[in-house]
Amino acid sequence: MMRYAIKRIAVGLLTIWFIATATFFAMHAVPGDPLADDKATTPEIRAALLQYYGLDQPVLTQYTRFLGNMLRGDFGISFTQKNRSVNDIIRAHFPVSALLGCLALLISVVGAVLFGVLAARHHKRWPDYWIMLAVIAGISVPGFVFAALAQWLALKIDQHLGNIIPVAGWGTFRHMLLPATMLGLGTMAYLTRLLRSSMLDVQQAAYINTARAKRLSSTRLFFVHELKNTVLPVLALLGPTIATITTGGFVVETVFAIPGLGRYFVQAIQQLDYTVIMGTTVFYGSFLVLMVIVVDLLYALADPRIRLQDMR
Amino acid sequence: MTTPPDSTLFEPLLACPSAATDGEDVVGNLWRDVWQDVSHNPSALAGLLLIVLLVFFCSLGDKLWQKNPAEFDLAQISQMPNTGLKTTVIYPATQTVAEQRRNPVKKLQLLQPATTESVQLIWPAAAHNSFRVYRHELKPSGIYDLGMPLNKTTDNFYNDQLQLENRRYFYSVARLDAHGNIDAYDTLAVDVAHATPLAILQQAGIHVTDNQPASVLLPAHPLGTDKLGRDVLARLIAGGKTSMLIGFSAPLVFVFFGAMYGAIAGYRGGRIDTVMMAFADFVIALPFLLFMMLLRIALGMGPGSNSLMALLVALVLLGWPNTARLVRAQVLQLRSMAYIDAARLQGASGQYIVMKHLLPNVLPGILVTLSFAIPSAIFTEAFLSFIGLGVVPPATSWGSMCNDGLSSFLIHPHELLFPAFFISITVMAFNLFGDGLRDALDVKMREART
Amino acid sequence: MEDRGEFSHNPLMNWLAQQCARLSRLRLSSRGSRLLLRMLLRMLSRLLPRLLSHAVLYAALLAANTSMTGRAIADSAVDADTHTVRLALTTEPPDLDSLTSTDSVSFFILLHTQEGLLTYTTDAQGNNDALTGGVAESWQMDGTTVRFTLRDNARWCDGKPVTARDFLFAWQTALNPSTASRYAFILYPLKNAEKIHRGQLPASALGVFVEDDRHLRIELEQPTAYFASLTTFPTYFPVREDFYRAQQGRYGADADKLLCNGAFRLTEWTHGASLTLQRNPGYWHANSVSLQAIHIPHITNDPNTLFNLFQSGDIALAELSQDTVRLALQQRLYIQDFGNGMLTYLEFNHREGKALRNQHLRRAISLVINRQELVNKVIAAPGTHATTRFFPAWLAAIADNNLSPASGADIVAARHALQQAKQELGVDKIPPLVMLVYDSPSVIRQAEYLQRVLQENLGVTMIIDKQIFKQKLAKLAAGDFDLSLSAWGPDYNDPMTFADLLGSANENNHGQYRNPAYDALLQQAAALPAGAERNTLFGRLQQIIDEDVAVIPLTEPGIVYVQDKSLQDVRRHRFGGDPDLRFTRIVPDAGKTP
Repeated sequence: MMRYAIKRIAVGLLTIWFIATATFFAMHAVPGDPLADDKATTPEIRAALLQYYGLDQPVLTQYTRFLGNMLRGDFGISFTQKNRSVNDIIRAHFPVSALLGCLALLISVVGAVLFGVLAARHHKRWPDYWIMLAVIAGISVPGFVFAALAQWLALKIDQHLGNIIPVAGWGTFRHMLLPATMLGLGTMAYLTRLLRSSMLDVQQAAYINTARAKRLSSTRLFFVHELKNTVLPVLALLGPTIATITTGGFVVETVFAIPGLGRYFVQAIQQLDYTVIMGTTVFYGSFLVLMVIVVDLLYALADPRIRLQDMR
Repeated sequence: MTTPPDSTLFEPLLACPSAATDGEDVVGNLWRDVWQDVSHNPSALAGLLLIVLLVFFCSLGDKLWQKNPAEFDLAQISQMPNTGLKTTVIYPATQTVAEQRRNPVKKLQLLQPATTESVQLIWPAAAHNSFRVYRHELKPSGIYDLGMPLNKTTDNFYNDQLQLENRRYFYSVARLDAHGNIDAYDTLAVDVAHATPLAILQQAGIHVTDNQPASVLLPAHPLGTDKLGRDVLARLIAGGKTSMLIGFSAPLVFVFFGAMYGAIAGYRGGRIDTVMMAFADFVIALPFLLFMMLLRIALGMGPGSNSLMALLVALVLLGWPNTARLVRAQVLQLRSMAYIDAARLQGASGQYIVMKHLLPNVLPGILVTLSFAIPSAIFTEAFLSFIGLGVVPPATSWGSMCNDGLSSFLIHPHELLFPAFFISITVMAFNLFGDGLRDALDVKMREART
Repeated sequence: MEDRGEFSHNPLMNWLAQQCARLSRLRLSSRGSRLLLRMLLRMLSRLLPRLLSHAVLYAALLAANTSMTGRAIADSAVDADTHTVRLALTTEPPDLDSLTSTDSVSFFILLHTQEGLLTYTTDAQGNNDALTGGVAESWQMDGTTVRFTLRDNARWCDGKPVTARDFLFAWQTALNPSTASRYAFILYPLKNAEKIHRGQLPASALGVFVEDDRHLRIELEQPTAYFASLTTFPTYFPVREDFYRAQQGRYGADADKLLCNGAFRLTEWTHGASLTLQRNPGYWHANSVSLQAIHIPHITNDPNTLFNLFQSGDIALAELSQDTVRLALQQRLYIQDFGNGMLTYLEFNHREGKALRNQHLRRAISLVINRQELVNKVIAAPGTHATTRFFPAWLAAIADNNLSPASGADIVAARHALQQAKQELGVDKIPPLVMLVYDSPSVIRQAEYLQRVLQENLGVTMIIDKQIFKQKLAKLAAGDFDLSLSAWGPDYNDPMTFADLLGSANENNHGQYRNPAYDALLQQAAALPAGAERNTLFGRLQQIIDEDVAVIPLTEPGIVYVQDKSLQDVRRHRFGGDPDLRFTRIVPDAGKTP
């Protein structure tokens, strides 16, 4: 087990190195000048800026310097946000994305359980049809259309019923509700579909018939037997959902003016902000690698076959 | 415990009709079963039908609706769906006369009948007066509700040409005091008639007969026009070609490549497998947007190219590892199956095992992957258009049409709704079909159903 | 593969999804998965109390209606009781170090928190570009010598007086090549400034002399007509040496890393999310500042979001787009306009070997563009006006009536010019021209329009090269284009801010237009004091541009905006920070009675 863990960690570190290296060279290969500005840059200013950011060195020197700094956890100073370190940017904006994502996850799971069970309980009757229709819509309408419509709806509510749901912005819990719902919508649709079929499977299972034959009360039957067994297999699927949601909110962050990391990453790429691109890529990459290692280890722990195979 | 073999239980091998021993027949049966399942599944069938219709729409639509998707019609900007508007023809001579005549007037009035090309206002003015001209869509209720400011002038005349529609406007002219504040204002309700200068009509290829008719019929736009007066239906067809091209070709290539890669890794196993899968993992972790931009330039996506190729290549280069992982996992699982061992013991070659046993078993999974990769690719294209990395004009796609229409969807909803509807329908069709396919291929579920 | 498209580019998502899908395939009956579940439950039980406490905290915050930072924030756009206003910014201020700042959002903040020697005010005619004393209470200009007397009650917000030394330090630092200030050139009227910036002279050679704490003498390179206007510009703002050095290269990076001397203090800056400006009681003119605070709780550049925020009463000021202006009309909102002083124009690549070096070809393109149509039908936003002038109309001093008004296209003349161009170039067909644009919906629409116009009327093919902003700039600098749709905004109140743009030496002259006659006139105008003679020179420059078709002026863009009716005296400026809320008052009943 120990050997396996060490091997996984080694591969993980190698992956981070690979991501960092590939991104570094790709970024330097993209034409375009990170130092360009509306106002022209004189050769003197250019030289000073090149020196400030260490771009006057040969690419290989820059690369080794970058790797050295990366090991110390220092990603340097942003190009577009003067005097601000990349670490500060990640520290300030990742929690926003993560918080929004967690809320979105909560909303999507609660909603999915509610609708999935409702649809299954009323299988082949109108709640089922309406919910499945909504699920299909949730899966097939682009996120930015949903977000724009939702904002318009919030505005109408605001105008007719008073300020209940803020139209955009970030700060209080109320501000999070709408964007989190929009972010969770796709996932909710996907999970609802899964839960519905899982519930249908459970309803046909032999032990439910047994329980019914034992004249269990219907509430007890539902909560203890059906619901529990429906939700359990789906719980394991929460993983991909967490990932989808904590990192993929660029559209929602833009429409609802939320200072999350997704927005910064896209902006950084559009602005060729070298240090922020490198910092966020390596950060995301490391987060990912960490998750993979954890998942792999749990997997190995849980499944003796894998463990044995690896020992061999 | 074992019962002796009873000869009545066995039949001669030769007598068995088309025995399912040959790999091809197994596959043939599989597809027959799948088709049977899909054709009895209404939602899957609907999905398939929609896919066929969409492909038809994109490939043959431009033969049926022969309109240039890039051609402007500045007389019909952002028009709602219509079957041909009637427009008054403006002949060149009439316009210049109006500007020369500027007799003093008693109150705010029109100098010429108002048309969608120009509304000419004239009002009484004394020396050193300055005015602001406003235009409103509702009747003004006070100096804070005069509408949108058009211009500030010391003249007694204003010619408004700013994107006029065939409707009633309320023009207000406000006199300003020495501090620039509104002193007094006068409002005039103006009904604007649709009119088009002759030159624009001729440019649009509309034949105006020699006897100078007062009005002509403009070409129909069944799904309306966009912000440059281009036909939305024609653009949907042209954009659909782009979206479908991306949706079909990229997933086809990367799923094929990914499957090959995964099959090789899974089949060879050992060190080769480790190295190959480690590389696939690296590729998955690369930042898509950055490499998308890099490829745009690396592939010579300079001026003039519509960047479609770059998008395709980026999708292929970065999309394959998912399929590779999936296929490898399946191959690994299959490889340890007893019947593979049996085949190998009977002396089957590697090629035979791959072709006759592994591939038929992996293929269903690949197909399902493909049916979900297609809508995913279409969504990715829409997302890239959303952040401005989409196709370059004059080329268009559903995603970029959505992005263009998004800003004005409360005023001209058709510019967003139609492309969004097509994206949704496509994604939905593939999802429904993919679901059906998956159900049909899932042996466990089939057993449960039969 | 089930994920929604906009997430699928995300590597983390993809990978994690697979790992977890693997997990999910475990059979739940196996011993291992029971172990797994137990672990998950244990993790949950540890996290749950924390999550719950967070939920309670949020509920408390919700009840108290406070921000996440814990401070109470009024949630109406304008609060007459507390005298506070809420606004939105389009981006996070990229750089609040006045020495290196270049963008309009940072200038907006700096206008409120810092003050230079002079500042803009509104005169009796409602002109917002009138100059008045800022830190300086009086000044005399005498040829190349300017003397400023500083107020003795001008203070930094830590209570120390603003001294002449703070200006000298700021200017010397901005001119230091290692500071890499892009706006250092705006200090060039100071004696020796350019040489210091190029590293040819030491900083001490700067023609700025501190006579005592309150007296500053400035020697100019040559008489500069617009120097007074320059001193309002952020690069000219004072910076105090001890504070600047104490920040160790992070000056202006956070709220507590900026030392204010203006009407407001930056008291809170949550990066990417919100800023708060509080009234500065130590400001010398504080008794005419009536706003207690300006809250900036939103940062977004989506025009629909901004307008929605305005409509929901969340912010007091919002710029309108072509689309939102229609919604504003339907809501009967009070719409105002403001000419922001900019110019949009088609820039040509005049480099050797480029087709557009040919003057006739440039003229043909100029003649074929119907600017009225472009403005009214393609841009279709109120506030924008067609122009053929390189010097925008607000520079009234150089009114030149020789120019043809911005009217329709002259296709016959254009085809004639094209014919001449073809003869001179010795080609039957003009090779495809590349037009560089950056990715903005309006700009792309204009480019598509021009593409079509050139194709239909001249048979000239134009290729649109759509690039992200930084790549567009890089391609412009490298000369890798034929035409470019560009825009220029004024830095100071003088025609020179435009005229300079086409000088041979100017780095922003991306097309490398070179005309010795133009350069000579430019030199001449630079040395002249303001007046009729100088204005005539600008008139001649305009003529040269017109005859040469050096660039094609297209529009003078303007903006329309909605503003809360109870706000009085929000000043709009063409240069040096806009909008200006320093002296804004809240009059609750305004707007109710016409």
